Amino acid sequence: MSSESETVQVLACHAVTVAYAGLRAVSSVSFAVRRGEVVGLIGPNGAGKTTLVNAMSGFAQISEGSITLNGAEVSHLAPEHRAHRGLARTFQHGRLFKDLSARENIELGALAVGCSGREARRRAAALLEETGLLSLAGVPANELSHGDQQRVSVARAVVAGPAFLLLDEPAAGLPAESLAELGTVIEQARSGRDAGVVVIDHNVEFVMGLSDRVVVLDHGQVLVEGAPDYVRHHEEVLAAYFGSVATEGLSR
Amino acid sequence: MTFVGYLVDAVSLGALYALIAVSVGLVFGVLRQINLAQGEVMAFGAYSLWIMRALPSWLAILLCFGICVAGSLVLQVLVFRPLRGASALTTLIVTFGVSYGLEALWLVVFGPEGKPVSMLIKLNDTVVGGAIALRWITIVDIGTAAVLLIGLYVLLFRSSLGLRMRAVAEDFSIARIVGVRIDRVVTVAFVLCGASAAVVAVLETVQTPLVTTTLGLSLIVVALVGVVLGGLDHLARATAGGFIVGFVNSLLGSILPEQQLVFVTSLTFLFVVVVLVVRPAGLLAPRGAGAERV
Repeated sequence: MSSESETVQVLACHAVTVAYAGLRAVSSVSFAVRRGEVVGLIGPNGAGKTTLVNAMSGFAQISEGSITLNGAEVSHLAPEHRAHRGLARTFQHGRLFKDLSARENIELGALAVGCSGREARRRAAALLEETGLLSLAGVPANELSHGDQQRVSVARAVVAGPAFLLLDEPAAGLPAESLAELGTVIEQARSGRDAGVVVIDHNVEFVMGLSDRVVVLDHGQVLVEGAPDYVRHHEEVLAAYFGSVATEGLSR
Repeated sequence: MTFVGYLVDAVSLGALYALIAVSVGLVFGVLRQINLAQGEVMAFGAYSLWIMRALPSWLAILLCFGICVAGSLVLQVLVFRPLRGASALTTLIVTFGVSYGLEALWLVVFGPEGKPVSMLIKLNDTVVGGAIALRWITIVDIGTAAVLLIGLYVLLFRSSLGLRMRAVAEDFSIARIVGVRIDRVVTVAFVLCGASAAVVAVLETVQTPLVTTTLGLSLIVVALVGVVLGGLDHLARATAGGFIVGFVNSLLGSILPEQQLVFVTSLTFLFVVVVLVVRPAGLLAPRGAGAERV
């Protein structure tokens, strides 16, 4: 990472390693995302994508390396303190508060980072409308369909107005017609709120369409990094994905 | 006294146990830890009323609140914070030990004789005489518990703090990821527990104006049984469980012949055992719900 990149607002991993019981799920990975940029993080199953996002958000401890936010190390910070510094994330399976309604889940995202009750309600109402969830606002999260849970999960992260947004499989379970809506929400976060976005998804086409830059992980390491078109035709990437179900969107 | 009088008394004692149960349920909700030492915070509050017996009642009660809240926060810092992440069973055992230690401390400091507290003694006068024999303290017990429980409901379901508390209770780690400041939520929970302990200390010493070293443990054990009966992982059900156990305990104490009063606690626990055999997840849990037990 250059020192120049640290003067703009950047979330960066510096040679990050995450090991569980001797197994290196992520091995010496370095990459960065600037505010206003969307970076796609792709790779075959078990490549370490979610583990890396877990490490960045404080959900998993790193074994080596460091994570910096605008140049300041945050590796040692508890997850809630990272959230207060502008880091928000979603989870593969939504991980909503199931006894809370869709509206409460979204409001919580704003309240937790210091918004007043009134401001949290205002932001939640705007996002419910933006994501087409207004009619489901009062429904407990555990009664929502998987796709709706995913949309609430994204809204809960976006409502905090984060500087950096980590989206783990946001399109999983969404019908094709909802992908464009999700893309709009992500684009809104990037251009409207100037957030830096890291997005993981098995729908490579979706990721390629959104991203300014794509980082490909394989066996816990960075295989290739570059513009979507460069990555799409890269031989090593095709080889890594060969035989995998997640080839849609590659080499087209 | 008629059966109606017994029922009113039972509701009164049930209300008191509901207040104790809600404290246990709150801490379990936010930390998944069991606070058996809550009883000794109540005992500490009751002893403080004896120490401050020369002060005007309102001042003693006010200071009792401060003392109980401070005691609860000290427990949080010295016992619960170091044990964060430990199993509920571990905290149950540790706080059981803390309770016994504090009970021994009361014995050393205050001696084995009960300490008389005559504060607000007039509340034991009867409102309605005759067959019902309704006392003022019975009305105050029920009214106070109702107001506090409604207040807690409003806090949990109508405030942003309550929303954060419910989120932490449901998923501690995701609440942290979202940005909820866990330490603040936990502190609020222990402040509420301290305030609840003060209320119970005041009401209990009015009804039974003799503070003994076993006060705390005898109250908390029965309340904990009630919490388990209702369902440990659901605050409203835990509170209702506390109420039911207090109600049954009081009713048995009223209707059993005097020579069989010694069996009141045993019969109450037998009732709970039978209920849990039939409904392992708790009397009030939905059918088929998993049991969270320690």
